Amino acid sequence: MSYPEKLKELIKVVEQTRPERVERKKAGKEVPAMTLDERAAILEKFHPDYIPGTRRELKIGPSKGYAVAHEFADILEANSRINPDRIDLSQVDYETDVLVLGGGGAGTSAALLAQEQGAKVMLATKLRHGDANTMMAEGGIQAADKLEKDSPVYHYIDTMGGGHFTCVPELVYTLCNDAPDVINWLENLGTMFWKHPDGTMQTLPAAGFSRSRLHFAGDITGAEIMRTIRDEVRNRKEDITVLEFAPAVELILNDQGQCAGAVLYNMETETYAVVKAKAVIMATGGAGRLHIQGFVTTNHYGATADGVVMAYRAGVKLAFLHTVQFHPTGCIFPEQLEGLLITEKFRASGANVLNVEGQQFVYEREPRDVESAAFIRECSERGKGVPTTTGKFGVWIDSPMLDLVHGEGFVKAQFPGKAKQFGRHGIDISKEPLLVYPTLHYQNGGIEYKNTCETSIPGLYMAGEVGGGAHGENRLMGNSLLDILVFGRIAGKNAAVYAREKARDGKLSLEHVNAYDRELQDCGITTDRISPILLPDYSDPQLKEKKLAV
Amino acid sequence: MSNEKGKTQNATHATNMIPIYIMGKRYDVPEGLTIMKAMEYAGYQFIRGCGCRGGICGACGTVYRKPGDYKIYTALACQTAVEANMYLTQIPFYPAHHVSGNYQETTEAPEEIHKRYPELFRCVACNACTKICPMDVEVMDAISYVKQGNIEKAAHTSFECIQCGLCTSRCFAEMPQYHILQLARRIYGGRIAPKAKHNAAAVKTIADGKFEAKMQEVMKMNTDELKKAYTEREIEPETAGEDWRPEDVRFLL
Repeated sequence: MSYPEKLKELIKVVEQTRPERVERKKAGKEVPAMTLDERAAILEKFHPDYIPGTRRELKIGPSKGYAVAHEFADILEANSRINPDRIDLSQVDYETDVLVLGGGGAGTSAALLAQEQGAKVMLATKLRHGDANTMMAEGGIQAADKLEKDSPVYHYIDTMGGGHFTCVPELVYTLCNDAPDVINWLENLGTMFWKHPDGTMQTLPAAGFSRSRLHFAGDITGAEIMRTIRDEVRNRKEDITVLEFAPAVELILNDQGQCAGAVLYNMETETYAVVKAKAVIMATGGAGRLHIQGFVTTNHYGATADGVVMAYRAGVKLAFLHTVQFHPTGCIFPEQLEGLLITEKFRASGANVLNVEGQQFVYEREPRDVESAAFIRECSERGKGVPTTTGKFGVWIDSPMLDLVHGEGFVKAQFPGKAKQFGRHGIDISKEPLLVYPTLHYQNGGIEYKNTCETSIPGLYMAGEVGGGAHGENRLMGNSLLDILVFGRIAGKNAAVYAREKARDGKLSLEHVNAYDRELQDCGITTDRISPILLPDYSDPQLKEKKLAV
Repeated sequence: MSNEKGKTQNATHATNMIPIYIMGKRYDVPEGLTIMKAMEYAGYQFIRGCGCRGGICGACGTVYRKPGDYKIYTALACQTAVEANMYLTQIPFYPAHHVSGNYQETTEAPEEIHKRYPELFRCVACNACTKICPMDVEVMDAISYVKQGNIEKAAHTSFECIQCGLCTSRCFAEMPQYHILQLARRIYGGRIAPKAKHNAAAVKTIADGKFEAKMQEVMKMNTDELKKAYTEREIEPETAGEDWRPEDVRFLL
């Protein structure tokens, strides 16, 4: 399926305005970026986070009174999957020094660093090892490592500004300071970064950044990082045990007030297992599959906020969960690829964003939330969206102009993955533009943690998208691959040291699950909702009516 | 605006129903759906065989045939639209032999791979691996480069591998191509490709605390001061090359 005639006609409009836009780009003449006041105004009016009635205050738990999206509130104000009375904690199925929950980039890097501290590690993950949003991160990873023009200080300022100055300073400090070392670590593990012939890293600018510091591996940076560190875990199988299709469903505490393990659920045999650990690292990732406000998502099938639910029940506060990130460039045509991420690297490389008239209406490198809001405004209030064949509206990303700006063959060399994906549907992205609309992309917030990856519960560490604070109310491109590896490594190291030096043996307990249940009942919440939900349900509603075992 | 109701995971505009055969059993599904969404429409809820839903994780490798056609076709279920009368199965897992090794002690010598995976040399160049690859990776060529000792070419040729394992399922020589090529890429990336000296230098500079005072300075800024620093910061032009240097060096070394 290539573009239908109606869209081909509209592409001609884009082609008409292209030569002049290419000339302007080459001359360095850009559409002016918005001022901070203009950003605030457009967010207020058009960003989904700001729509009244889409959040509600939590009635229970450590962040009672804090308003989050209904979809988050629904899973936080829900019943546990387990009845603690039916779990025999005296029968320990697995015992380990460090238990890592989640097999994405954060969990995997944590497992490696914990092992290097001498710990025996168990990594339990819901689907396969590597099934995570990390695998899907395309654009790249930020690090200020070209010191002639850059420094971690500028990275810090950019990140704070991108997060509208709400980010937690200590977390951003660690994020930016450790960035070059993360790149170094990955390089030494054999990650194939794109380099110049002398070994200098190729870097790209990105929306909201003042310097070109986005390191990348084609347009599958996350997959390249994930498969590299996953292979390294497989090299250390003597010390790191991986349990797949075994998500955690509740944390286990002990009578010393420490986190001491988790209840895992084997999704295939539908049985639980008790893991006793000296320290636990929560690295369960994001929440796109909750489909906040009904948006489609770029996220992995397993992104259902499990860790937020488990940690909250155990008593850890939430941070920044009132904001979620809508990525401006989600695919809306062809329909088979709907919601799929179109990497920001297109905009970072200078591809113009255009309305139905082929005109630029926003600078292509605004921070993601601002860019998304501008797309929504163009398609709603201004009525200049590009109509798809299914009654939706989007805007163009003018990918073909990149070959004219950077040289013939640039698009296919820089975006091999996307060229192939669209090629399957008869679309040549070096000749035809891409049609996009904002899509649910990232959980800006999550559970509260420190830059040591400690949480308020001794023995419970956290890393990656499940936490909130490093990105404040809006994350910038390439800071999430960085986040998972910076904090994954810190969590792994610190959890292993804690396991060795501070963990105390105690009686295992799920009393916090009972207490949470009582709190639910005390404030009159009666519901049949169960969480963590583990997987989204996409079965046909009519068919579901006929199912006997639901 | 219908985008906000975008959670259309199943049938939408496509109303024309077509038959497909999931492991031999017929289901009528809307034309235009991907194989994955068609299976969900039919009533499956995936545990295995579904991952990123974006064509990069390798969880949903699928093989199918069409009536009256001897050929084996392959697809990623999340990326490929259903065709009338296709009969398919997913292959969510296929056993493969991973040989562990100490990467820190691994050199750039091709023999490192030959020693770990001697079955490489059982390749009869049948090309079944390349033909089945849903990513169109030239798998057999990449394996040939490993045999010839050209790790760099093996690494680049296999770069788009998603490790779905379909090649391994078809291999006459019984080798785990995707583990072998993973090792090749790691050896290329960490042992053969030239090192980024600027990166190692930056790591040392930061570890030596050379930016600490300036970091503390910005961390102590109140929001107004930080906003000022943010608004006034110099922006590297999009088309600047490696030799671009800023005029404002306030927060440089």
